[in-house]
This record gives sequence, structure tokens and C-alpha cells, in this order.
Amino acid sequence: MSEEHYLELCENPVQFEHASSVNNVFFDEANKQVFAVRSGGATGVVVKGPDDKSSVAFRMDDKGEVKCIKFSIGNKILAVQRTSKSVDFINFIPDYPHTEFTQECKTKNASVLGFCWTNWNEIVFITDQGIEFYQVFPDKRSLKLLKSQSINVNWYQYCPETAVILLSTTVQGNILQPFAFRSGTMSKMSKFEIELPVVPKPAKLSLSERDIAMATIYGQLHVMYLKHHSRTANSTSAEVVLYHLPREGACKKSHVLKLNTTGKFALNIVDNLVVVHHQSSQTSLIFDIKLKEPDCAVNTHQPVLPARSIHPYRIPLSGPAVVPSQPPVPCQLYSSSWSVFQPDIIISASEGYLWYLQVKLPPTVNLLQDKGKLMDFLLRRRDCKMVILSVCSQSTRGVLPVVATVFDKLNQVYKEYLEAEQSYTVAMESGPSRGSAAQKRPVRTQAVIDQSDMYTHVLSSFTERKGVSHKFIIAVLMEYIRSLNQFQITVQHYLYELVIKTLVQHNLFYMLHQFLQYHVLSDSKPLACLLLSLESTYPPAHQLSLDMLKRLSTANDEIVEVLLSKQQVLGALRFIRSVGGHDNVSARKFLDAARQTGDQMLFYTVFRSFQQRNQRLRGSPGFNPGEHCEEHVVHFKQLFGEQALMKPSTV
Amino acid sequence: MASGMQEKQYTPSLLSFFIYNPTFGPREGEEEKKILFYHPSEVEKNEKIRNVGLCEAIVQFTRTFCPTKPAKSLHTQKNRQFFFEPEDNFWIVMVPWFETQCIEKPNKDGKPPTIEYQEEEILDTVYGAVVRQCYSMYKLFNGTFGRAMEAGGVELLTQKLEKFFYRYLQTLHLQSCDLLDVFGGISFFPLDKMTYLKIQSFVNKVEESLSLIKYTAFLYNDQLIWSGLEQDDMRILYKYLTTSLFPRHSEPELAGRDSPLRPEVAGNLLHYGRFLTGPTNLKDPEAKFRFPKIFVSTGDGYEELHLIVYKAMSAAACFMISASVELTREFCEQLDGLVGPQLTLLASDICEQFTINRRISGPEKEPQFKFIYFNHMNLAEKSTIHMRKTASVCLTSVHPDLMKILGDINCDFARVDEDEEIIVKAMTDYWVVGKKSDQRELYVILNQKNANLIEVNEEVKRLCATQFNNIFFLD
Repeated sequence: MSEEHYLELCENPVQFEHASSVNNVFFDEANKQVFAVRSGGATGVVVKGPDDKSSVAFRMDDKGEVKCIKFSIGNKILAVQRTSKSVDFINFIPDYPHTEFTQECKTKNASVLGFCWTNWNEIVFITDQGIEFYQVFPDKRSLKLLKSQSINVNWYQYCPETAVILLSTTVQGNILQPFAFRSGTMSKMSKFEIELPVVPKPAKLSLSERDIAMATIYGQLHVMYLKHHSRTANSTSAEVVLYHLPREGACKKSHVLKLNTTGKFALNIVDNLVVVHHQSSQTSLIFDIKLKEPDCAVNTHQPVLPARSIHPYRIPLSGPAVVPSQPPVPCQLYSSSWSVFQPDIIISASEGYLWYLQVKLPPTVNLLQDKGKLMDFLLRRRDCKMVILSVCSQSTRGVLPVVATVFDKLNQVYKEYLEAEQSYTVAMESGPSRGSAAQKRPVRTQAVIDQSDMYTHVLSSFTERKGVSHKFIIAVLMEYIRSLNQFQITVQHYLYELVIKTLVQHNLFYMLHQFLQYHVLSDSKPLACLLLSLESTYPPAHQLSLDMLKRLSTANDEIVEVLLSKQQVLGALRFIRSVGGHDNVSARKFLDAARQTGDQMLFYTVFRSFQQRNQRLRGSPGFNPGEHCEEHVVHFKQLFGEQALMKPSTV
Repeated sequence: MASGMQEKQYTPSLLSFFIYNPTFGPREGEEEKKILFYHPSEVEKNEKIRNVGLCEAIVQFTRTFCPTKPAKSLHTQKNRQFFFEPEDNFWIVMVPWFETQCIEKPNKDGKPPTIEYQEEEILDTVYGAVVRQCYSMYKLFNGTFGRAMEAGGVELLTQKLEKFFYRYLQTLHLQSCDLLDVFGGISFFPLDKMTYLKIQSFVNKVEESLSLIKYTAFLYNDQLIWSGLEQDDMRILYKYLTTSLFPRHSEPELAGRDSPLRPEVAGNLLHYGRFLTGPTNLKDPEAKFRFPKIFVSTGDGYEELHLIVYKAMSAAACFMISASVELTREFCEQLDGLVGPQLTLLASDICEQFTINRRISGPEKEPQFKFIYFNHMNLAEKSTIHMRKTASVCLTSVHPDLMKILGDINCDFARVDEDEEIIVKAMTDYWVVGKKSDQRELYVILNQKNANLIEVNEEVKRLCATQFNNIFFLD
């Protein structure tokens, strides 16, 4: 089933001239550039990077076989190693002399194993006897040794992301010494030992550089050791052992990934997942070191998903003689000519392709039955939003406990984001005076699924779905509200509206009443108005609405309106007086309502009450012209006579 | 009440209670056929016929004055009769007996103490409500009279009436009936939103996994938290649970006769869950899986349900299942296994939350006022006058005279639709205040020496501001 392939090669690979007897191909992990060097550079060097900007083509003199070729960061200086003693440099900065200059390694009798650029003008030579850290002066065409360290080196690895070089030392090669570089400084990190499955006698190099890789996983630098099974050491299958390499402090063995098989493996890191390719079965496994395994010892991990091959890939035929009718040919996956680089690069030198490996999330949904685990997995992926929402939609066809788990996982992440956002806002408001420059605005990842996402993509369509019992619909909505409350997230009004709409649709007014009674649906003016509109079908909604307006304490005008509309003029008057709003209230509104009741005594009472107010406020019982009460004054006179009007009291 | 001079002592008791249908024996000599139930049964036949005949005549006679509202009660010097026609031509009549003896004032002539009938002390509304409650309770467990007639004629109906009322009337405690019986309210358990949502979630999950369950009600401390039943059905079920079922089970608990913690061997789950209806011990191979059946209203009639009441500590869940389903041991075991642990956990959660809330709100929220509150909209009632109910008595902490005033004010309120407020200065130093706002009624009893009307009014305002600040209550 093609839907089950959860790994794929990117659609637009970097294409280069494939390796041949006249064309040597090199890959620089730091700049992710492929160098195709024809005839030692004399007939051209074509550099292809991840984007067009980093692609360059040039020529250089053929001064012997190229062993290693890399640009410094930003394509400023090219370094070429042709001998085991020295490295040659060519300036690529405009207006600087282009003639090559050479640097020999300082250590006598040492041979250069390779070099790494750590900055646009800083380079490290790794020799079999140690490392030499240089600064390059392109204008002077010379190098200055910044620092060096002598140590026996079997082989080395470089992690450009963190600028850490890892050296294999000692006879067996299993003592690893990392060095970290940062603008002109070199620091020695604490060394550590890789536990070998068997200790060979006599001692010989037992740790191959093929079995070690460095990569950042969840922001932390890890050294991955591919520990092959060994017949003597009682291990039935291979495993990947992860060592966490902190900037400071000791390196610790942190995770063990169980491969449950043997053979030839290669490692990639994609979206913080460890991908293990298995050549003989032509399948790959993925591991998430943050996924807790309930039935495993601490930090021992089983594959998240069953082994599957990378999605079949077809190479579109291109080049100068492209024939449009010719179909693309299938590409041989897991080919022995593949080279795998960190974190997510696969290169087929013989075919001339560089791919980025990608994780496809949709197929994981059906492969991982445990929805809680699935959510944990998805919430840590980069492009997870739509997949998560589809899982939510899908889980609303399932059982409530699962729905609850899914919601809780979602809201956990949502809450963390809201909190980060809030503390950022607080920090910003308190001003930069407190040196909070380090405070960065929290990044909203795709895993943050907020209420409007849920409403739009999941809940509103769910409540409309045919054939679902209303009991279940309400249970799911309440479960979501429960989960939000549990994480102390303020529930948005439209969710309450959805609950009410659903309850009303099914005549479940008593249920609604009980929810309101326990304030499950939080007070707000819109909600109170919605309740008012329900009064004709459910009379108690009136009381519920008034209670809510009262609790809001900012809705006194609305309360007056409600009471007046119910012709409870005296009630409205007493209310506005009790909250001290009597002085500012519009007399006309009350008089209109009192007159509408047709109750003359009521009209009299209200009229006199406002006259008294006027007297108290302005020393005269008359109404201001702005109050537009003239017609009521006339009406009053008609009913009760001129003499019933309150006379201005004499001071 | 520690007031020393307890002059009067009413002991209202049931003189008679009967149910008849005048259409069942319309001809002379067949009068006995009209009588469907008569308590006390040992009364001589002719007297029964005479009493029924008298009621029939009164109802007929008063009907001529107001055909739509027949007589509700008849006052005589010695007693009162209450009439209620719950279904067409079916009449329930209750005659309480109120006797007051003047203990304090023995007759000077050495004659035996005179018997004084305190007929005025009785409130029509209270006992009228009691009669209606009798019918509602019958209907809850048996359905309507008409239903029994359809199923098995008069014979079945009389059997059912006999079976039900024989026991029910013994549990009627007329002496403790008061305003609360008029309201027939439901006491709701105060709870924070989160715990309430947890209960919701629990109910929904249980109803989902045990799909036989049609309705659920949830109570804590004999107070309602959630009802899946409609209001009127819940009202009578609540009455049954709190005045009959729970007290019956709490008394042995209080006496320490059974310790309900059951160490579950299988699954190793310790929980306090147990069935209050149905099997007392699931492990008993002889256990019967029969539950009481109740009738609740549906849109267009009634449905019959099994009533499973399951309790863990102070939390009780009522599960209602269609009576057409046979309940098995497997089902009960499944329910016990699923609900027991969760309900136990929930009960301790609620208890914890409740104590926290109480601590936060502090002692100033503790009512120093004696009041009764009732909301007609959701039937919520709250009383600081009544002590905890037990199976036998309902204790009030105020003098019956004051309760009588409350009842009178309530009658006044019932007469008009408008909001109003009544303040009564009672004997001694008591003030009684009644307030009606929209659908709510509040009765406050204040004991303040030398207080005047204004002070009393202020005091009640203060009470409203502290106790009822979250509802719209007109001043």
C-alpha cells in the first residue's frame, strides 16, 4: 500500500554530473554543496548547492588529484587538499588576488586527514597527530595558527550546525574527543568512551567512522553509535546508542534504539526523528527519542512505526536530449551507491542526485493505532497541523476516552504556547530596562491547535454530521470544554454557542439549564443575549440571562432594557437605583415603558420619581429639553391635571 | 429551640387516607366498589362508604360553583380533608388528625385536661402538597392508575394501591411537613466548574461504555449535581432517594454495622462502590439481579426503567435502564468494575474541592441567617432552617409558629404574579421577611432585639448581597 510509505525523497533533488573516471564528486556537509571536479579542475568545477545562489562554476589548474574541496562559509574562500601535507586556498572575494596560496600543516611528519571550515575565514586541519586551528587572511594570502592540540587521531567527524569536531583516538578508536569552535576560539570538550560490544585482543582499531554520526535532535547535540550485533556478546540484534553531548559537562549515554534486526544500516535525522535505513530489507525505521515507552526500560525505544520502505521514486529523464514521451524511470532505492549524510541527505553519486529525506505524516495516522501515542508523535512534527486536525476529526468517530486523551494532548501544547506568549507580553510591558533582551517572542509551531482551528476544522462539521447521536455530540463538546478548563484556557464564546445550538436543536433545555447553573458556560454579554433569544421556547432562559447580566456587573443598561421590555418598569427603576445609576438614566425610556403599560398609577409613580430626581439634581422638578419628555409632561397633565405636577420647591 | 415554655405540642397523624372512583359503583348498593383503597383498613365497611360518599357529595356540590376548580380541602372543627383528583374520576382523600393538648394549664376543677383542636395551625398548601406527593410517588413506581386499569382492571389497581400505600403511608411523617413540602425542591450541591466537568465527563463515559444506560443522575451528600432525567421526574426521584433510599442505607453505616470497603481481589482495585438497589453482594452466588422499576415521562407517554443506585462514599450515581432489558450478573459486575473505582476517585475529588472552597470562602460566608430559598425555575432549594433529614424525622431549628408564618407568606405570594416583599413582626423578638423576585422566593427569619423595620430591611439586603450575589434578585 503506497499510503503506508511514511518516508520520501524530496521532489526536486539537486542534480549534478555523476561520478566517473574523469569526474570526481565531493560533498561538503557544512554548505551542503556538491562539487563535480572534472580532470582535477582543469576542465571545470561545478558546485551545486541547495539553492541557485550557492551554485558556482569555475576552473582551476590541475595540480594533482583533489582529495577534498570545500568553500568557506558564504563561498568566500575555496580550500583544496591535494596532498597529505598541505591545503591550497583560492580567494573568491572580488578584488582580491586570485592566485592560489598554500598552507602546510605545522606538525612534522603528520599527514592531513581533512579540514573543516568553521567560519568564513577560520579553518581547522585535522591530521593524524592532532588538530590545527587557523585564521585565513585572504588579502595577505597567508594563514595564522590560532591554536593547536596534539593528539593521535584515527578519524574525525564534523557537525557544522554546532561547529563541533569529534576525534577518534586511542588504538581501539573508541575514545572520542570533541572540540567546539566559535569565532576564533577552540574549546576542548570532555571526552567519552563508546562501549564496544567486544574488546579485541590484541587491541586494534574497532570503531569505524561509518558507525558514528553526529546530529542535533530536539536542539541537543547527539553522537549516534550504530552498535552492530555480535555473536560473542550475546546481543541478538543491532541497536543505535545515543550519547548526549552537552556544551559543558560530561557526555552521557542517553538513549538506546532497538533495531530488532541485523545487517547494514545508515542513519538520518529528519524532523528530530532518527531514521535508520536497513539495506538488506530495503526498509527504514523511525524513532522518536521523546516518545516514552511504557513497557520499556527508561530511554530504550522501539520503532514508532513498523518498518516501511521509502516511497518509490521515479527519476524524470532530463538533460540535453530529453524525450517528452519517455516515462520517468524508477529509481533504485537503498542502492549500494547511496551515501548518507547528516542530517537528512542522501546522495547517489553514480546517478548524480542529492535528495533531502522527508517524513510524510498522513500515512502514520493509520499505522499507529494508539491515538494518544500518535498525538504525542504528531505534536512534535513540523508540518503537523492538518494531520492533527484530521486525527481529531477521525477520533470523534471513536470512543470518548480516546477523544479525551486527544484533546488533553492538544491543549497541553496549546497551553504551553499561551503561557510563553503571556510571559513574553509581560516581559515586554515591563520594558527592556530589565535587560530582557534575551526574551524572544515564542514561535507558534504548527502543533499549536487553538480553539478556532478546532471549531473550523473539527467541531462545527462534527455537530452537523449525520447519524451521530446528539448525546455523543454533546459529550464530545463537553469533553473539549473540560479539557480546556483543565488547562485553564479561557473558552471562546463560539464554542459555548455551539453547545447551546446543539442542545436547543434537540430540546435539551434542562441540560442547558444545569450547565448554566454550574457556570460551565462562562458568563458573557453575547451568551446572555443568546439566552434571551431562547426565552420564547424556554421561559427559564429569561432568568438565566438576567442572572448572567447581573454577574457581569458591566451590563446594567442591558438589565434595564430587559426589564423594561417585560414592562417591569418599577423593577427596572428599583434596580437602577440600587446600582446607583439613577441619576444618569434616560427618563424618557422609563416613561415610554410606563405609558405603554396603560397603568396610569404606574405612569404617575414613575413620572413623580423622575421629577424628584430632577429636583435633587438640578433644584427643579422640570425635565431638560434634551431629555425629550415634553409629550409625557403633556400626557401627565392630561391624566392628573396641572396641579399634580411637582412644583419647584422654594429655596 | 431552647425556648422553655413549650406550651403546645402538635402530633399530627393520619386519620384516614382513601382512594376512590365514583364511576365504579354508580348504583345503590354497589358503593363499596368505588373504594379502591382505604386506610385504616380495619374501619367498618359502612363507615368507609359513608366517608367516601361524603367526599363525593362535597366535591359534586362545590363543582357547581366552579366546574374547573373543584374543592381542594374541607375544614371542620376537628380536622381537615384534602381532595385531589390526579386522573379523571380518581380521587385521593387524606384526613390528617391534629390534636393539641394544653399541658401547661390543667383544668382547675380537677377535670381531665381539655382537648383543644388546633385546626388553624394547619396549612392547606402544605398538606395539599403532601397528597400530590403521595400520588407522584405511586406513579414513579407504578405508572398511572389508568395504566394499571388497562393492564389488569380494578383488581390489579387495588392490588397495586394496597401494596404501595400500605408501606408508604407508614413513612409519611405529617408532623414534619412544612414549606419545603410545598416547594418539593431539589437541593443542589455547590461545586466548582472543573469538578463539575469531571463529573460530566464521567457520566458521558459510563453511558458510552455501558450503552444500556439511558439516563444518569449524580448526587453527592444527598444533593443533586447532575440529572439526565427531566426536571419533574427528577424532582420525585430526588424525593425518594433523599427521604427513603439514602436514609435507609446511611443508618446502618452510621451504626458501623457494615464496613463497605471491599478489597477487590481481581484487578487489585480498592474501591468503595456498592449497589444500594439490587444485589447487596455481587459475590453471593444466590444474588438476585432485580432492581426497582420506575416510570418517567417521555415526550408522549411514560417509559419504564430499572433504577440502579450505586454509591461510593458520599457520591451516588443513579443509572436508569429500559425495563425491557433483563439485567444480568455480568452487567452488574461490569458496572461495578467500571464505575466503582472511578466513582470512588471522583467522590474524594469532590470532597477535597468542597473543603478547599469552604476554606477559601471562609467563615463569613457561613450563614448566620436562618433562611429558606426556592427557585421555581430549576427547583433549587436551600434551607438553613432544616437539619439533616433522617428516615424518620426532619428537624427544623425554628419554632413551628414561625414555620407557620412562612407558610402564610408563601400563600400570599402564590396569589399574585408580581414581585413583592412581606415583613412580619412575630412574637418574641422575631422578624420574618419574605421576598419574591421573578421566580424566586426567599424567607428569612431574624432574631434581633429591638430591631426596627429599616434595620431588618438592611439586614436582609446584606444577606442578599452576600449569599445571593450571583443571581439577579431585585431589592
